Amino acid sequence: MLVTAVLVVPLAAGALAAALPWRRAVGWAMVLANAAVLGLGITLAVETDRHHVAGGLDGALRADALSAFMVVVIGAISLLASIQSIRYLEAEIARGEHRARHASLYSLLVQVFVACMLAAVLSANLGALWVAVEATTIATTFLVGHRRSDKALEASWKYVLICSVGIALAFLGTVLVYFAALHVPGHPTGASVLDWTSLVHASHHLDPAVVRLAMALLVLGYGTKVGLAPMHSWLPDAHSQAPAPVSALMSGVLLTVAFYALLRFKAVADGALGPGYTRTLLVIVGLASLLVAASLLLTQRELKRMLAYHSIEHMGLIALGAAAGTTLAVAAVLLHILGHGLAKAVLFLASGEILLVEGTSEMDEIPALLVRQPLLGGIFGFGLVALLGLPPFSLFVSELNMLRGELAVGLGWAAGLSLVAMAVIFAAVMAHGRHLLLGGSGARPSVAPRLVGVPLVGGLLACAFFGLSAWPLQPLLDAAARVVVR
Amino acid sequence: MTAGAALDVVELAAGVVLAGAVLALWRKDLRALISVLALQGAALASLAAVLAVGDGDVGLGVVAGVVLVTKGLVIPGLLTRVVRADPGSRETAPLVNVPASLVAAAVLVVLSYLVAGRLTALFPDPLTRLVPLGLATVLVGVFVLVTRRKAVSQIVGLLLVDNGVALVAFLLTAGVPLLVELGTSLDVLLVVVVLQVLATTMRARFGHVDLDQLRELHD
Repeated sequence: MLVTAVLVVPLAAGALAAALPWRRAVGWAMVLANAAVLGLGITLAVETDRHHVAGGLDGALRADALSAFMVVVIGAISLLASIQSIRYLEAEIARGEHRARHASLYSLLVQVFVACMLAAVLSANLGALWVAVEATTIATTFLVGHRRSDKALEASWKYVLICSVGIALAFLGTVLVYFAALHVPGHPTGASVLDWTSLVHASHHLDPAVVRLAMALLVLGYGTKVGLAPMHSWLPDAHSQAPAPVSALMSGVLLTVAFYALLRFKAVADGALGPGYTRTLLVIVGLASLLVAASLLLTQRELKRMLAYHSIEHMGLIALGAAAGTTLAVAAVLLHILGHGLAKAVLFLASGEILLVEGTSEMDEIPALLVRQPLLGGIFGFGLVALLGLPPFSLFVSELNMLRGELAVGLGWAAGLSLVAMAVIFAAVMAHGRHLLLGGSGARPSVAPRLVGVPLVGGLLACAFFGLSAWPLQPLLDAAARVVVR
Repeated sequence: MTAGAALDVVELAAGVVLAGAVLALWRKDLRALISVLALQGAALASLAAVLAVGDGDVGLGVVAGVVLVTKGLVIPGLLTRVVRADPGSRETAPLVNVPASLVAAAVLVVLSYLVAGRLTALFPDPLTRLVPLGLATVLVGVFVLVTRRKAVSQIVGLLLVDNGVALVAFLLTAGVPLLVELGTSLDVLLVVVVLQVLATTMRARFGHVDLDQLRELHD
């Protein structure tokens, strides 16, 4: 019942947005719906702690602690994004760039997108998980191209094409897992062959050769949606061209929803092969992603492109943490998913605000932000501090724990390499940030935003809170990590 | 139908899918590429139908019908609409020329036999034996995507990958569970609709759908 409601609420809100002409009140209805998702997610997290799993829709939906945690993350980020969407849409309509009809379509697509992500993390069946992840691509394509500029069009073409190929490879991997499961004597047949719980139970009997091939395809395929190298090339384009609230959702949660799929499959593959094989795959793509981010971040001139490369970096770190695979490391991966989601969403939303106020997002043209716009500049500055993994923000704690996990399983060399990449990225971001926040003479007048800072500051405070206090999240993180770590 | 005749149909269908992929490398006429896709769709549908009759599986019969309608009719129809708006509908300058592409295809076929060799050795079965054909189709599709620059050619590449995956799925497991199968068919159809809309918009905006001339986004 509860699990089904999580899916129905955002879809109902989307239907409402499609049926009514867009007004500010409709925008607030979306906010309310996403707040409800967050609330339901928290309830689900408490429930699954006590009763272990909750089900819905005849067993097609299933929420354990890991799913509940992901629902909380999706709810929190979409709440932030939907508040900012109101301002974004009103500004677009005021400037005559879009009509109210486009705002309705935008709201509908965003809600469908959120519902697809929720369906992905709540699916009991790995085939249904695939369908939901593929559906997120379809729902977001027109959101990426929402601005209808040439660049936005090119970005959405690249996005849908590359992600569809990646996800087709992931489907091939899923088929191979299905094939391996069919050859396990006594395994349930029919639709429940791909049921994750029964697959994990049967994982010791799956044929290792088939699972090896499957896992390589799955890491490559879902890795495309995660934005892991070598299939990352769509990410900087899509994230920089999409409207800021959509970028916040795509970067803050969509990437990690795809990673959630890898965590589920990793549990199956580890049962069949032991942890070594998937660990090697994840270390390769993780380090490659860090290398890509470190080498390209310094040359970026545009705010949202810089943030997009930051996403590739953090997905690389998460892949390394998952490669370690201990309970400590996976709990840290999950905390990192939340912390990165919050910080990255705040930064994308703030950069959307900067674009609105300054009329550009080229970093050279907006110097001394902190002097001219103390609130916006301060939010952006603290957001960058959070993203760099400095205390008091939760990314510091999670990065530290992931490194500890990597050292514990003999991945010290990979941890060392990741520290080098992080140092390079640190230097690059400091150079960008110093110019952006303090540099040059900022004489150009601009309008200061007032209330818009509230959700952004809230997001940063939450990120800092989880960095300082293990309560109330730690029991949920441990329970969620134990779902996929045996 | 006897088991022997059924196996003949399956082998023929798998052969048609791979031959179609190689043909797609060879022909530059975009209309011909679309006919190749329709042919592959029909081959996949008949393969599924034969398996459904053999197993008495009603669900798989439904899937065969869905595959015939989507891959055989609707998707080629959508692509035809993109091409019709574009009079110079030829792949003018692929990054790799045709003879080299055909050599590459031969290498990819050998590669997929090597990769799938372990699989076919473990589960010796007349259907599993054909899996390398599907894998090769996937690899040729990726090759088309990487080397072709016209919007329609890239969609064709994506669909070759997809048809290859579908072939492997039918051969190994007689398809995935019905609901998942229907979900994937719907997803693929929607992706093609999305790509068709984007291609049409690009044509209206730029007057061409040549992706080499779209180079505003780069590092």
